[in-house]
Amino acid sequence: MDTVILYAIALAGLLISFLKDRGKTLKAVKKGLKAFEGILPQFLVVLILVAMTLSLLDTATIARYLGKGSGPLGVIIAALVGAITLIPGFVAFPAAAALLEGGAGATQIAAFVSSLMMVGVVTLPLEMKYFGRRASLLRNGLAFVFSFVAAVFVGWVVGL
Amino acid sequence: MKTFLRRYAAAIVAASVFIVFLLALPSYSARAIAMMANQTRTMLLVIPPIFLLLGLLDVWVPREKMMRYMGPDAGIRGGILAFLLGSFAAGPLYGAFPVAAVLMKKGAGFGNILIFIGAWSTTKIPMLLFEISALGPRFALSRLAIDIVGIVVIAMALKKAIPEKEVAALYAQAEKAD
Repeated sequence: MDTVILYAIALAGLLISFLKDRGKTLKAVKKGLKAFEGILPQFLVVLILVAMTLSLLDTATIARYLGKGSGPLGVIIAALVGAITLIPGFVAFPAAAALLEGGAGATQIAAFVSSLMMVGVVTLPLEMKYFGRRASLLRNGLAFVFSFVAAVFVGWVVGL
Repeated sequence: MKTFLRRYAAAIVAASVFIVFLLALPSYSARAIAMMANQTRTMLLVIPPIFLLLGLLDVWVPREKMMRYMGPDAGIRGGILAFLLGSFAAGPLYGAFPVAAVLMKKGAGFGNILIFIGAWSTTKIPMLLFEISALGPRFALSRLAIDIVGIVVIAMALKKAIPEKEVAALYAQAEKAD
């Protein structure tokens, strides 16, 4: 769904650009390609890291640790799993909904969703290429801590 | 050739580890390969429009405009614009980094870049309806509210924590990537 929007915007932009100035459009496409080739090595590393972690951690394994009464430990596990996995939202939300129905707590699921979206351990090589080691590690560290704050808040609101 | 090898050294090492992984853990290899195919498909799907957009952004948006609207002196308006840009973007977080580099090159302020990254990572407007239907309005909207606070706090903390010299080096690197 969001990919469709993304394509629509990109193609509309391309069309407008092409109608306005062909030379500039060609330059834009070339720049895009060059930017992609520039980051391709890091992309490949990330792909491989993701494939390995996700093959070791499946939904059934995750569900077992986030079940009813898993408490603070469940929240920590949820945040850790979220931090190291890379799952697109349209897969993660239904999975999270299934976990909720399966008895996982809202706080655990909120910790999982928050750190899943904000923290990216496997994408660190990519992030460091653009933001350097210190900023990348710090951003992920702060986002990880924040996912607990978000989890407690969301858990509280859902329980009201 | 030599620079090619150096650039791809980490990828080659990772590929070797992956092959060892497949051979050493045969019970996981089918899943690992399926995951690999799945992730590759996502990347191939998401990458072309993102890089097309950043090329267009690079060519069409003049530096003065970017400085005026998202520069270090653009004030709260710059932060709001960065937040909206990130929130309406689609695609996984790794798509945000190259776009952020182009924004840096064009002179957007570092604080605004950090807000953009934060918004792209978590307050996804295209995903919000989806989240509401999957997890309920209470869950989705309270997460959105706390995330907005978190994005700003994290951006401010990072801006304070990263020395200016290092920020300048990051900008120089983004500039060079042309």
